[in-house]
Amino acid sequence: MIRLEINNQSTEVLEGITLLQAIEKVGVKIPTLCHHKALTPYGACRLCVVEVQAPGRPATVQAACSYQALEGLAVLTHSDRVLRARRIVAELLLARCPEAEPVRRIAMELGVHEPRIRKKNDDCIYCGLCVRMCCERMGRTAVGFSGRGPRKRLEPPFGKHNPICWTCGACDFICPTGKQVSSLTTAKNFLPLSNAFNIGLDSRPAAYIPYPQAVPNKAVLDSTACIHLNYGSCGICQEVCEAKAINYEQKPLATELNVGAIILAPGYEIFDARLTKDLGYGRFPNVITSLEFERILSASGPYSGHVQRPYDQKQPRRIAFLQCVGSRDSERDYCSSVCCMYATKEAIIAKEHLGEGLQCDIFFMDLRAFSKGFEQYYRRAQELGVRYIRSRVPIIKEVPASKNLIVEYLGEHDKRISEEYDLVVLSVGMQPPKEVKALADRFGIELNEFNFCKTSAFTPAQSSREGVYVAGPFVEPKDIPETVMQSSAAAAQALSLLESARGTLIKPKLYPAERDVKQEHPRIGVFVCHCGTNIAGVVKVPEVVEYARTLPDVVYAENNLYTCSNDAQDRIKQKIDEHKLNRVVVASCTPRTHEPLFRNTMAEAGLNPYLFEMANIRDQCSWVHMHQPEEATKKSKDLVRMAIAKSRLLQPLQRQHLKIEKSALVIGGGLSGMTSALSLAGQGYHVYLVEKEKELGGDLRHVYYLLNGENPQDELARIRNEVDRNAKIHVLTNAAIENIEGSIGNFKTRISRNGETTEIVHGVVIVATGAKQYKPKEYLYGQNENVITQRELEARLAAGGEFLKPNGRAKTVVMIQCVGSRDTDHPYCSRVCCADAIKNALKIKQLSPATNVYVLYRDIRTYGFKEGYYTKARQQGVAFVRYDEQRKPEVSQNLKALEVTVFDQTLGMPISISSDLVVLSAGIHPHEENRQIAQFLKVPLNSEGFFLEAHMKLRPVDFMTDGVFLCGTAHSPKTLDESILQAQAASARAATILAKDSIELEGNISHVLDEKCDGCAYCVDTCPYKGITLLEYMWQGSVKKVVQTNDSVCKGCGCCQATCPKDGVQIYGFTLEQIRAQIDAALEVA
Amino acid sequence: MGISPVQSVSAVAEAPPAETFQPLIIALCCNWCSYAGADLAGVSRIQYPPSIRMVRVMCSGMVHPNLVIEALTKGADGVLMCGCHPGDCHYQEGNLKAEKRAEAIRLMLSDFGLEEERFRLEWVSAAEGPRFAQVVRDFTEQVQKLGPSPYRTQ
Repeated sequence: MIRLEINNQSTEVLEGITLLQAIEKVGVKIPTLCHHKALTPYGACRLCVVEVQAPGRPATVQAACSYQALEGLAVLTHSDRVLRARRIVAELLLARCPEAEPVRRIAMELGVHEPRIRKKNDDCIYCGLCVRMCCERMGRTAVGFSGRGPRKRLEPPFGKHNPICWTCGACDFICPTGKQVSSLTTAKNFLPLSNAFNIGLDSRPAAYIPYPQAVPNKAVLDSTACIHLNYGSCGICQEVCEAKAINYEQKPLATELNVGAIILAPGYEIFDARLTKDLGYGRFPNVITSLEFERILSASGPYSGHVQRPYDQKQPRRIAFLQCVGSRDSERDYCSSVCCMYATKEAIIAKEHLGEGLQCDIFFMDLRAFSKGFEQYYRRAQELGVRYIRSRVPIIKEVPASKNLIVEYLGEHDKRISEEYDLVVLSVGMQPPKEVKALADRFGIELNEFNFCKTSAFTPAQSSREGVYVAGPFVEPKDIPETVMQSSAAAAQALSLLESARGTLIKPKLYPAERDVKQEHPRIGVFVCHCGTNIAGVVKVPEVVEYARTLPDVVYAENNLYTCSNDAQDRIKQKIDEHKLNRVVVASCTPRTHEPLFRNTMAEAGLNPYLFEMANIRDQCSWVHMHQPEEATKKSKDLVRMAIAKSRLLQPLQRQHLKIEKSALVIGGGLSGMTSALSLAGQGYHVYLVEKEKELGGDLRHVYYLLNGENPQDELARIRNEVDRNAKIHVLTNAAIENIEGSIGNFKTRISRNGETTEIVHGVVIVATGAKQYKPKEYLYGQNENVITQRELEARLAAGGEFLKPNGRAKTVVMIQCVGSRDTDHPYCSRVCCADAIKNALKIKQLSPATNVYVLYRDIRTYGFKEGYYTKARQQGVAFVRYDEQRKPEVSQNLKALEVTVFDQTLGMPISISSDLVVLSAGIHPHEENRQIAQFLKVPLNSEGFFLEAHMKLRPVDFMTDGVFLCGTAHSPKTLDESILQAQAASARAATILAKDSIELEGNISHVLDEKCDGCAYCVDTCPYKGITLLEYMWQGSVKKVVQTNDSVCKGCGCCQATCPKDGVQIYGFTLEQIRAQIDAALEVA
Repeated sequence: MGISPVQSVSAVAEAPPAETFQPLIIALCCNWCSYAGADLAGVSRIQYPPSIRMVRVMCSGMVHPNLVIEALTKGADGVLMCGCHPGDCHYQEGNLKAEKRAEAIRLMLSDFGLEEERFRLEWVSAAEGPRFAQVVRDFTEQVQKLGPSPYRTQ
């Protein structure tokens, strides 16, 4: 170690380092331009000059980057002499390269705005960064300096393009003026590394974080592009990484795991749009895929959310979306299920971004808005001006000059129409990933004809091999909620299979007993992190530490290179012990990622983890004020002061434990309810299965055959039998729920049954109340015996279809779709009717091929593999006639003969069909009883009366109320397999609670200050979890009112706190007092 | 980020001339969206003026209107409240409740002789780092135009 003085402060540094390194070490910043820590010092730009005085010698001005730190030196970094010299240097540089951003910035910081000498408008400042980079790190010499003095030039050898350049681009990357150095050395074009996250719309470096929200959020090296891994040179990243996190030796590691079950979720690929040559993808730059457009719309996308076309970055004014690209064609006779809605969404978002003026046209065949809330969304898109054009576009042409695109299609009455668009988005379909065949072979499972995984209707999350479960679009194209449901369902199956092994590998972590600090005065320890140079490169960390020491109640403060490192955790624990700290403040990065780590350290040191507070001086100071070190340091001090102010008021919080009643109530004994019950019982829990009717089975009792030929009645018998035999399932039929009280872990339900009332206690509730079929009022239903519903038709067909036989009368059957669906009173799609109609139509054709079957429809919504049956029905001669919502079919009777008149939208004329049987596809409607169940459970219904889940996409079986789950048609209309999946999913979600003996509640939750609460009850309604109740009681002869919070449902959102006029209800850890202390501290003048 | 110090300057903040008044703004950001958005602005090294002092709250719906008024009457030049976009609230609708309270706050401001523009409510998602920086830039400029708070003592 050697000792020297920097700005009159004595300091010790390692021998052999440069002055610049010594200066940086003490936290002083000086400008540099030609310096790079991976390259040898060069001393070219002279911006880093400092005043150096060796003992007994006069002071000289030297470049700090190339001057060795020596014993006894006295260095001044900001003396007048130094600043004068720097200003002259900056002025000369600015005159040479007035456009270069870093030169301008440095000059501005030094107070030089305009050079007094003539500008040269050069693009090279002769810093030599590119030359050193090429030679020292890349091991090439593709560029160098020739000539001397005024004739000095940056040149490749012999002034020519040269094969020694391997077009790595390092010279361009490091050039501070933005010069294209590589254009001197090579004529080759660079191939940028395509950024897969943005579907190749932009590029990325070879060392990169895959995307902003990647988990873990860590950098990776692209081994195919890394210069070091391929050629042995470069190696810069390893040198500059202060955390020493880069290991070039790392190799893929094979790990062997012993498992009892496997869940396969390999996802999907999008269809390669290049294969549809006529649509021009890959040839025309302004034809893009929907996934590319999705990235373009995204704030984290290639254009930061600005909607522009890739070709010329121009804002599009007319966008065409083409549906069914790679779906519903001769090779792929399935529907990708999601494209209609994502195109609709993209159109709406594009209009939000670009305003009303943007025209969005969606070319489609059938608009398949079949899921919950989709029909309403589709209507909203139409209201917003999205145009839907029913036509499959065969070909796209490009206008060569503008690169605009001509879409030619057949409009109404087969009129040829040609329209010009700025951008065409292809709604590409889903297909299985290429590697699934190998995957299927390895796991020994069967695939279907399209290479999706083969499953059956009654085991929809199970592959053909026992113990191998499947989820997601690997099974069938599907949307997010269905994927989430199937994933939970697969987990439920695995949980049942592994029931006996559950919990056997868990080792509980033990913490020391907590020190009681309630009576102690705050003793605060402050730890300020350098984060390598992430913080310390900008913020003067030692100054922040010094400042923290001056604040009241701070008894200890220090800085760490990485406060999150393992040794720093040990140090924090040691300091807590040594200084009897009872509050800890860490000034580093974001609590969103690091609070749990430090809280754990607190617990390990025997302190309550809630006595901890963070100041985010990296994300909020050093990274966002990189060029304002003074301001960043000042702000860091402010943030530390604010954190300390809050920490003084922190109180130890105990996370309460709630004992869990390990049993479930399942409301509804239909397919969903029985499936949930069996799945929960399979996982080892007791289940009360409550059914209002006298027998189990629900709507499944009326289903006689499935599209794929499976027999549901056999399955129903099997399931009922399994339920009956399972000792853990307690079936209560003919039962009515009178009341449910309590919350997660401890519900109490009163059930009346045959005049008797019983009370059961249970930890969770699964709502599986089902739905009912609409009883049509239209089309002469109930007035003419030959107008029936699909369900009635199915029963007749299952009984042998006598009415079709030669002596029966039914020569012509007309089916009418969307009866009680997609109308003003029921603005949603019932999802199952299209497939049901096709199922029954095919059955009729099977029993009596000569019978004419007409299906009058608005859109045929046979999503997924149901599409194949739609194709089959058309092949077998079922006639599909499209009608419009505004011109519904009419059914009239002449004596008993039925006449159906419909305006055929395709033919553009009315047609009339004499019909022997009219079959109505009656919609699925919610039960009225839902309202009462919803009240008991404090869960919401949507506007139609179906139960409303916690999140439409990501939490499709949860409610916002903990401990209550949802499945089956009580959620929304759905098919058998979808009901089974959701029922299994609900059981998996319920098991996350039942698997524990007790649950730990949040620490930061609401509590009432009784002395302040006057019972005004403003907070009662505002609580989104209905966790606050008003209590009235007699006290000293008068009625007193006060509110009470339910700890087990409170999530700590604090809406109550913001509503209370008396400060009578507060959130632990975010009390008004604590927030106020932070604000007050911010407003103190530092 | 990049290995070279010169790379990072591409997003350089316009340093205001020294004589411009530097406002002090209290930012109340919800944990789930806007605080995360601010983190992303940091991770992306997007530069914005050092005018804000951020207080993390769990939800914009937990901010009592009194806190905003108090901050302004104690000398803050502006208060910025940020929550999740409508429909994204971690607690269902806390942000919408904050929006309603914002109306009340604006009404109260004139009683205290303060301009309505000293308070702003914005939605910033966890993916909107650039937007967070832009909001801070815009609001800082807006407050700069208003000048120091009349309640400022120094």
